[in-house]
Amino acid sequence: MNWDFWLPLLVLLSSLATGLLIFTLQGRLRNLLNLTGAAVTLVLVAIGGVGALRGAEHETRLPLLPGHDLLLRIEPIGLMFVALAAVLWFLTTLYAIGYLEGSPNRSRFFGFFSICITATMGIALSGNLLTFVIFFELLTLATYPLVVHPGTREAMRAGAIYLTYTLIGGAALLLGVIWLYTLAGPVEFTRGGTLAPLADSHQGALIAIFFLLIGAPAVKAALVPLHGWLPLAMVAPVPVSALLHAVAVVKAGAFGIMRVVFDVYGVELSAAWGLSGVLLLWAAATILYGSLQALKQDDLKRRLAYSTVSQLSYIALGVALLGPLGIIGGLVHLVHHGITKITLFFAAGNLAETMGIYRVSKVDGVGRRLPWSMTAFTVAAMGMIGLPPTAGFISKWYLALGGLEQGLPWIVGLLVLSGLLNAAYFLPVVYRAWFMPPKPEFPAATGQDAPWRMLVPTLATGLLSLLLGLFAFSPYSPLVLAQEIAAGISP
Amino acid sequence: MIAWIIWLPFVGAVLCYLEPRIARLVGLAVAVLTLISIGQLSAEVMRNGAYSYPMGGWLAPLGITLWADGLAVWMLLLNAVVGLGVSLFASGYFKAPAAKHFWPLWLLLWGGLNGLYLSADLFNLFVTLEVVGLTAVALVTLSRERIALTAAMRYLLAAIFGSLAYLLGVALIYAQHSTLSLLLLADLNTTPGTLLALALMTFGLLLKTAIFPFHFWLPLAHASAPAPVSALLSALVVKASYYLLLRLWLFTYGDGLAAAAQVLALLGAAALLYGSLQAFRQRRLKLLVAYSTVAQLGYLCLALPLMFIGTSAAAYHGALYHALAHALSKAALFLAAGLVLQAYGHDRLSGLRGMATHLPITTFTVALAAVSLAGLPPSGGFIAKWWLVTAAIDSGQWVWALIMLAGGLFSALYLFRVLVIALLEPRSGAALHPVPRGLELIALALALLAILIGLRTPELLALLAPGLPLGGPP
Repeated sequence: MNWDFWLPLLVLLSSLATGLLIFTLQGRLRNLLNLTGAAVTLVLVAIGGVGALRGAEHETRLPLLPGHDLLLRIEPIGLMFVALAAVLWFLTTLYAIGYLEGSPNRSRFFGFFSICITATMGIALSGNLLTFVIFFELLTLATYPLVVHPGTREAMRAGAIYLTYTLIGGAALLLGVIWLYTLAGPVEFTRGGTLAPLADSHQGALIAIFFLLIGAPAVKAALVPLHGWLPLAMVAPVPVSALLHAVAVVKAGAFGIMRVVFDVYGVELSAAWGLSGVLLLWAAATILYGSLQALKQDDLKRRLAYSTVSQLSYIALGVALLGPLGIIGGLVHLVHHGITKITLFFAAGNLAETMGIYRVSKVDGVGRRLPWSMTAFTVAAMGMIGLPPTAGFISKWYLALGGLEQGLPWIVGLLVLSGLLNAAYFLPVVYRAWFMPPKPEFPAATGQDAPWRMLVPTLATGLLSLLLGLFAFSPYSPLVLAQEIAAGISP
Repeated sequence: MIAWIIWLPFVGAVLCYLEPRIARLVGLAVAVLTLISIGQLSAEVMRNGAYSYPMGGWLAPLGITLWADGLAVWMLLLNAVVGLGVSLFASGYFKAPAAKHFWPLWLLLWGGLNGLYLSADLFNLFVTLEVVGLTAVALVTLSRERIALTAAMRYLLAAIFGSLAYLLGVALIYAQHSTLSLLLLADLNTTPGTLLALALMTFGLLLKTAIFPFHFWLPLAHASAPAPVSALLSALVVKASYYLLLRLWLFTYGDGLAAAAQVLALLGAAALLYGSLQAFRQRRLKLLVAYSTVAQLGYLCLALPLMFIGTSAAAYHGALYHALAHALSKAALFLAAGLVLQAYGHDRLSGLRGMATHLPITTFTVALAAVSLAGLPPSGGFIAKWWLVTAAIDSGQWVWALIMLAGGLFSALYLFRVLVIALLEPRSGAALHPVPRGLELIALALALLAILIGLRTPELLALLAPGLPLGGPP
């Protein structure tokens, strides 16, 4: 029992304890505790991250069942996800305090919000499949009260559909994990996978298990046709859509796919049976489908949601390419998309809260009223399209190289096409906001732009999405980290 | 000391009956003392292994022998923890007339249960089973509503019929072997006579455990009793006859029943599906919870065949973990339902809009209990399901594995139905009766325990180890 043992657990406990305490608190004290908890988590993640990159082994192993441990590890691949979640949790908390000011049941909201972060951290740090399953299901459960937070019939319907998708996915995951455990014993995440000895004797079973294991993450990562819950879940308050449905939940899915492909089956086995090929086509189809659907949406948040459907599959695409460059693209997009998409949601929330604008067709001229929010939105939209010098450009560049590296030039075509579609549904918003005359029905000005609690996070993430592109090659950047990780997966 | 575990509740019951004014005090004192003595017993069994205790120094076959092994300790502890929780709850819940009858009956019931778990011969088991059955029926009538009397009458008939079938089986065994001691009867060979005896006893116990299609008496009885009684019935009483079933099949008969066990599994699967469907269709909270018990008992039955095929103890552990997790979460759920009834004056689901705002702690209790009942992590229910599904897949019994996984989804379906209504925006103008915070916290504590036992599995399993049936008969 020492620091290396306690650190991963403390990362989880810092947000869990915050969440549990928040249930009992009200008002300023709650906000203070919430921000403190988020800051403590951030510091712990930073310590763990720097340690892990210098080669320290932070590992919490607790016996859970005879022969099965609860295993938490700070590893580079999980570190990217943990760091993303920690940074964005802090900013989103600030945003949410401003956004929800004066609304009912806030203690419940912030309590479950923190527990969602615990679950996300647990997924990112889990070192074996059992631990992964536990936190994966916890995330499902803790998100539910947030989706239905408005308490309307519509929210309840969205929540029911969300649970239906995720719980069925979770049951499939559990079946897959137990099946695999009966064949292979406890499976720890190990670079290159540990299933090679079983490859010849149990090929059929292993292929079936692969899809059972991928199923639940695919639901959370909203791969078509398992994406149905995501646009509906946009009924939740903006901070939920921003952090959970653009970052934590969907990325937990993408991360799960990574873990299964890289660390359970390994690159070789995934390639040998054509499993990655199936995943590749699946991701490609989702990229196009999501973009086409996004074009049709007038509701701003739903447009963003379909954009998430499309963009999340970039990550899956990178994973399925299996080459080092493609993996870099997929890994780094996990971070880049998170930062960029949350900016868009923050900005959309600012529009909704200060101007009452929920639809694309109503944003005319809003750039004059909310110049800062719309600037952030514009930068983030460029990132989504993949224009240099934003972070989004970096991910797409590597994905395209990854396609060429594997001798699949159509991947480049797919990315260009998707970029054009992204432009087709983001640029009209930008154009209307800046260049169309304002609508007369705008509410009277109450001040310049959104309240500071909402504006600061919006600008911070917007700026970050630009900086991650400009300084992509500086030390400790997500790209450099992704390069190191990819070198370990597929040299 | 082991005998005290049985005597304490009985003496307490008599005291409560003679002096109703101090009944509450006596009840709580007995609850605490019983838990302490059972704790001591379990420590002793863990240290020295399973042991037998001849009462009054008379050895079997003449005297009564008490027998404590891991399984018995497990059930005793389950009883004591839930029993203490429900006792605390009842002391704040019951008003004067009902309290007068509740305490003596409940302590009698508890004494019967403790006696049952410590008995090692078939006739004593019959006697304790009768004590349990009759006091349970009497407790149902406490609410004094007409429907409760109907339910109690139905329950009584089922209980008596079950006892008779069981007794007939016991008589057959005695005629063939001239002893009733479980220890002497270990590993019976499966002759037609003993098999018939087993069939009769099994039928009687299935009826008492309310396994589909013998569940007909349970929903009404459990739903119309006062909330603390419902909690005791669903959490503890049905487990007693299941425990006996387990002992007979596993310890006394052992191998050779693998094929017959599949029939039980079939009943279990039917119970799971039917109970879930009925629970989903109910419009009242307590009936929903009662049908959930019908469904959850299906898991216990499904576990039996898994124990016979395959080599690991996973199914055995899974079944007992399920019994524990279900006892805790179901007790919490019924107590929560009682509080809902107190606050709203009814338990119609359609009228519970906004419960999450009115009764946040109780809603949270329901949610935690739902998590464990649906077998979602991290909870005792999840650990149980993990083991059961592992055992099923390990032994190639895929159908049972899939049914158990589906059963978890069904539980989620009907329990989240409650939460959906609770989380809807409250309608203004609902006049609610206040609910004591302390009672809410007791129910919450039980639900929390159902979650927490999922995190301390190795320690809890150590309790079960002495006299593990799969390591050989006790």
